[in-house]
Amino acid sequence: MKRIYAIAALLVLSGCSGNWGWYVVDPTTTGGMNNLKFLASGAYYTILLSVTAILISIVVGLLVALPGLSEKRGWRIFNRTYVELVRAVPILVLILWVYYGLPALSGITLNVFWAGVLALALSDSAFQAEIFRAGIQSIARGQYEAAQSISLNYRDTMRYVILPQAIRRILPALGNQLVYMLKMSSLVSVIGMQELTRKANELVVSEYRPLEIYTILVLEYLVIILVVSAGVRWLERRMKASDT
Amino acid sequence: MPDLLGNANSEGLRNKAAGHHIYAGRGDKTAMSIISMQNVSKFFGDFQALKDVSLNVAQGERVVVCGPSGSGKSTLIRCINRLEVHDAGEIIVDGTVLTDKPEDLEKIRGTVGMVFQQFNLFPHLKVIDNLCLGPRRVLGLSEEDARARAMTYLERVQIPDQADKFPRQLSGGQQQRVAIARSLCMEPRILLFDEPTSALDPEMIAEVLEVMTELASSGITMIVVTHEMGFARRVADRMVFMDRGEIVEVGAPEDVFTAPKSKRFGAFIKQILNH
Ligand SMILES: Nc1ncnc2c1ncn2[C@@H]1O[C@H](COP(=O)(O)OP(=O)(O)OP(=O)(O)O)[C@@H](O)[C@H]1O
Ligand SMILES: [Mg+2]
Repeated sequence: MKRIYAIAALLVLSGCSGNWGWYVVDPTTTGGMNNLKFLASGAYYTILLSVTAILISIVVGLLVALPGLSEKRGWRIFNRTYVELVRAVPILVLILWVYYGLPALSGITLNVFWAGVLALALSDSAFQAEIFRAGIQSIARGQYEAAQSISLNYRDTMRYVILPQAIRRILPALGNQLVYMLKMSSLVSVIGMQELTRKANELVVSEYRPLEIYTILVLEYLVIILVVSAGVRWLERRMKASDT
Repeated sequence: MPDLLGNANSEGLRNKAAGHHIYAGRGDKTAMSIISMQNVSKFFGDFQALKDVSLNVAQGERVVVCGPSGSGKSTLIRCINRLEVHDAGEIIVDGTVLTDKPEDLEKIRGTVGMVFQQFNLFPHLKVIDNLCLGPRRVLGLSEEDARARAMTYLERVQIPDQADKFPRQLSGGQQQRVAIARSLCMEPRILLFDEPTSALDPEMIAEVLEVMTELASSGITMIVVTHEMGFARRVADRMVFMDRGEIVEVGAPEDVFTAPKSKRFGAFIKQILNH
């Protein structure tokens, strides 16, 4: 944290030398304040997009992970195919394909937001599937056997016995995925989503001050991600405390 | 082999003629059997863990299974509630032939409870929730009824005061008693025990055996894999000795302890008792 302050201070000080034009984001001036507000307003969509996408990718990831744990080969092949295919496509390419390609293919036109959510969720679901599969596989066989011995069916075994334990174990990995998602959401700026990166790009075009504006952009992502990381760690501690 | 078993079986019944069991004295053992295994085989890959095993267990009977490590004891009892699927032969539990039909499986698992060597409690659930899960989800009891039932069985295993703790906060002996109570909450007609005291420190073995002895007097059918010969002597109606995937000898404890028919069983008992 100290280092971040030091770097920020350095940047501000060097701005005084004249090479920098901190005036574009100087909160003491009306123009600077307006620019700052404009930049920060992108946070809403960055967060909304990432959170919606991660929720969908968790559900899809789980639904893809379960067949991967099946004893039936056909199900496992479905799982492997999905994971390998989706993982192989770059996120940016997926965003462009969903936004520009999907309407032509299916006749369904998605707005920028949902195209972004769909592309991010799809891309992330392959990773979520792998995380869930590993998490569920890490639960001892005795837990399944105990559940079977009291006659729980597959759904209840997963819901009440296996998943609650697996999710505790994969929580750090899920936290990582959320951080990753927040960063990847910047790519949705290419199709015009008004999130942090897009706002910064637009301001750069009108103000010609890329260094200052992109520096603010870096700080914006930093703040969001540090807050999220702290939140995930807090949740982990709480869950650990609740079962000791 | 089937001959020997048949003989041993009826002998076991005769020895139990002491009489508080309904099956005593009846001739047709198959009709009275709550568990009937006929020529059951089980393979793990090429390895045959059960070789043409036959065993009938009467309603209310207490059977102790012993034998060297790897002899197939666990496999035998795990076939009874279909944690292992047998490859040949027939298993009938409480009138239901074990097949892959989901409704049959559900029926069997409702009839047969199991206690594991490693307890296998659900670590993320409190003791009371470990006990309530089955009654709530499987038997459809209300929350209130499930809790009442759970408390009844926690009292039966003498740890009602631990209801709101998590499993890892309990000693091994307490955990195993919770596991027994969890099985009892499903009110099974048959209870299987797979070395229930083997993972326990010596000072905790007695408390678990005490609970099991009390259970044995309640008339529930029990099959217990254990090397606790004192318990076997006190509680068992019949002893089953397994070796290399086969049932080598079956008999009443008083007989097999004093005069085992097979050399292998004799050697095994000697080794256990001297241990
Ligand atoms: N899932 C499995 N896969 C492969 N082999 C197995 C499996 N389960 C058991 N076996 C083998 O089958 C044999 C019988 O195992 P089983 O667990 O029934 O023996 P046991 O009599 O219970 O022994 P122990 O006293 O060590 O518990 C052993 O040789 C074991 O290695
Ligand atoms: Mg065993």
